[in-house]
Amino acid sequence: MIKVEHLSKHYGQAKAVNDISFEVVDGDNLVLLGTSGCGKTTTLKMLNRLIEPTSGQIWINGQDITSQSPELLRRGIGYVLQNTGLFPHYTIVENIAVVPSLLKWDKQRIKNRTQELIQKLHLPDDVLQKYPHELSGGQQQRIGLARALIADAPVLLMDEPFGALDNITRAKIQDDFKTLDELQRKTIVMVTHDVQEAFELGDQIAIMDQGRIVQQGTPAELLFKPASRFVSDFLQSQRLQLELRSVNLNAIASALPDNIVGAQEAASLNGASSIWQAMEVLKDARHPVNVKLADGTLKAINFTDLMLAYESYQNQAKA
Amino acid sequence: MNGQQTLWQFMQQQSGKLLTQTVEHIGLTFISLLIAVVIGLPLGIFIARKKQFSGAVLGIAGVLQTIPSIALLGFMIPLLGIGPKPAIVALFLYALLPIIRNAFTGITGVNPSVKEAAQAMGMSAWQILFKVELPLAMPVILAGIRTATVINVGVATLASYIAAGGLGEFIFGGISLNNSNMILAGAIPAALLAILFDLALALLQKISFKKLKFGLYAMLAIAIVLAALYLIPTSSSSKLTAGFTPEFMGREDGNLGLQKKYDLKIHTIVINDAVMYKAAFEKEIDVISGYSTDGRLKAYNLVVLEDDKKIFPPYYAAPIVRQDALQKFPDLEKALNMLSGHINDSVMTDLNYRTDYLHQTPERVAKDFLVAQHLYKPATAGKSGTVRIGSKVFGEQYILANMYSMLIEGYTPYHAATKTGLGGTKICFDALTNNQIDFYPEYTGTGLLVLLQPNPAVLQHIEADKDKTYQYVQQQFIKRYKIQWLKPIGFNNAYALMMRKQQTDKLGIKTISDLKRFLDSEQ
Ligand SMILES: Nc1ncnc2c1ncn2[C@@H]1O[C@H](COP(=O)(O)OP(=O)(O)OP(=O)(O)O)[C@@H](O)[C@H]1O
Ligand SMILES: [Mg+2]
Repeated sequence: MIKVEHLSKHYGQAKAVNDISFEVVDGDNLVLLGTSGCGKTTTLKMLNRLIEPTSGQIWINGQDITSQSPELLRRGIGYVLQNTGLFPHYTIVENIAVVPSLLKWDKQRIKNRTQELIQKLHLPDDVLQKYPHELSGGQQQRIGLARALIADAPVLLMDEPFGALDNITRAKIQDDFKTLDELQRKTIVMVTHDVQEAFELGDQIAIMDQGRIVQQGTPAELLFKPASRFVSDFLQSQRLQLELRSVNLNAIASALPDNIVGAQEAASLNGASSIWQAMEVLKDARHPVNVKLADGTLKAINFTDLMLAYESYQNQAKA
Repeated sequence: MNGQQTLWQFMQQQSGKLLTQTVEHIGLTFISLLIAVVIGLPLGIFIARKKQFSGAVLGIAGVLQTIPSIALLGFMIPLLGIGPKPAIVALFLYALLPIIRNAFTGITGVNPSVKEAAQAMGMSAWQILFKVELPLAMPVILAGIRTATVINVGVATLASYIAAGGLGEFIFGGISLNNSNMILAGAIPAALLAILFDLALALLQKISFKKLKFGLYAMLAIAIVLAALYLIPTSSSSKLTAGFTPEFMGREDGNLGLQKKYDLKIHTIVINDAVMYKAAFEKEIDVISGYSTDGRLKAYNLVVLEDDKKIFPPYYAAPIVRQDALQKFPDLEKALNMLSGHINDSVMTDLNYRTDYLHQTPERVAKDFLVAQHLYKPATAGKSGTVRIGSKVFGEQYILANMYSMLIEGYTPYHAATKTGLGGTKICFDALTNNQIDFYPEYTGTGLLVLLQPNPAVLQHIEADKDKTYQYVQQQFIKRYKIQWLKPIGFNNAYALMMRKQQTDKLGIKTISDLKRFLDSEQ
């Protein structure tokens, strides 16, 4: 668990980070979202003491981070840089093995763990002996991620890990990222300026502006209960898609009709599917489709059912 | 020593010396380089960390680099004496700038996001330095070491000026003795060394990071071995040390005669004329080979040992002029001959004393003298061409060159340009024969022994007589080089052995034979 209280970083008169407080519970993924220069990177770097704060306090797992040497602290925190920062004079294996070597793991253990990650991140084996400049941008990003994950640190900090990639590649890495089992147990703070990405990957999102957190909450909270004009304006351009993606079928279950098509027919949607996903399935379906909800019940819905239920959810949420 | 020996023969004959000098040369280069790396590298890293010091450190190292090598060596004699120590310090100072600057550039040039990544992975400052910054900066650092090596191989030739050995002994000896084989025997190995080291380091720069590590250790080991090779023969059987110029070492009326006629057994080092007197004054050496009219004799309180077996014949000083210059400037000869008869030995010594000890400029000394002799006339317009005057690099020649310049401008319609500081005899003479200058003051003894180098029979016949010598060189120069010796100026110049007055008083030495007796008795 990460806890931050009244954290500030001033550069002369400029307040890069201005009195922010937040918490990230174990296993959660907090996304710091905001426009360029709003203080995201500065906040992130204070978490592993790459930057020392002007004032404020940070605890990780109940321990004040200043109670430990910065080197030891950092070896226990995975970090993915805004621009990969791979060592150009190290091969990929060596790059990945930096932290385990610092932790004095034995060679076999490093080797096994590297193999495991390479497979999980869908990297070809032959990259291992290459140097970073011989890899594509997307591959380098994955290596950056592997390097941060290898020591299986419980906390992971990521600064725009999928920046500077084309949309298709980014979507692929994001998918890999979401399905990576190791990430489920980690407490993650991730920085992005991409609204889609934040909503895709964040359990919690903190929207930052000029060094302050203007609102922190779940994606749905930010969408349906924006704390200020700034927040709603910030999300405005992609609002519809975000809403459809951030609300899942469980959330609107009560507004769905109770038809069951046939118990023997397998469910092709489940409660965790977003409305957006359900729409994709239903728009071509000639018959109602079964949904398996979180409480175990099965409901059969069609496109119209879905839209009606969503509308009533919206009205409720905004009330 | 009659004439045409090939370079190869010379090198074979002198192979022992050549090897010693080469080893000394490599030793000098690497000891100083090693010290420069040991000090410069951390300094470069330090200023890369604390940038506020970078300006000052790079500035100082830069200024050190601009000090002319011979001046730097001169400054060091009072501090460190002569021999390898000051030479190593001077070389070290020259090597410093490229090493510091490249270490600084290399380290600051490391991509900041890579450094940040290293930090974020939990590396300590030292780990970052050794695992990230140094390996990434290494090609740039190596380029600096490479530059420093090449500089050092070159500058190390000057080490022979202050008796530190090296290939400069052949090079500068050859220049003063007009012996091209000797020059090449020093210059070619020096050039090869520079090329070899440059290639080796270039190779090191290209190999991959992995092998580089090994390469660096290998280089370090080699450097230490090479440095160790330079064992300095500091112990000597004789209590007195002689410092002789390379020219003196090779002349019949110099060390060769001293050996033959006096059988003088003294520990001898080779040293440059410019620092020799000072080194004697600083008690670094005891006996030196000076010129009888040198003002520094008085300035440094030295005395001339009487040449009781007459091996240093006196010689005339006179301007030597290319014949075609005499035709081109018909009024020149008369103007140059005006000085003849006005300067005798004591006058010349006094004039030299004014520049060497009172630090008056040669121009002023020249003008004061001409005015006092009623020879001075203000310059005319000088529209009928320019006469180019040469001079070797020592006070007497500067003074004479200035006098000639004033006489030419006062009494002829020509303009005069002085090209002073033409190294030793060979450089001056080559400048004359190659039409770079029109005349310069030369000594008949030098003309005879260094330039003409006649066979021993001829030498025997004329050597001891200054008028016979004058006639012989006059004839031969016209025949061989189309160069005219004008009227002798009036003073004689000859080699002389000199010692500190204090020391001769103490040891009761007045003549060279006294010196020999003292040296022999001591063992
Ligand atoms: N070392 C520094 N000195 C002075 N000002 C700084 C320094 N580092 C950052 N800042 C300022 O602090 C503010 C926040 O910077 P920060 O890097 O945290 O922004 P960011 O939100 O990560 O932006 P981006 O999305 O462009 O990466 C910026 O206005 C920046 O100019
Ligand atoms: Mg940033």
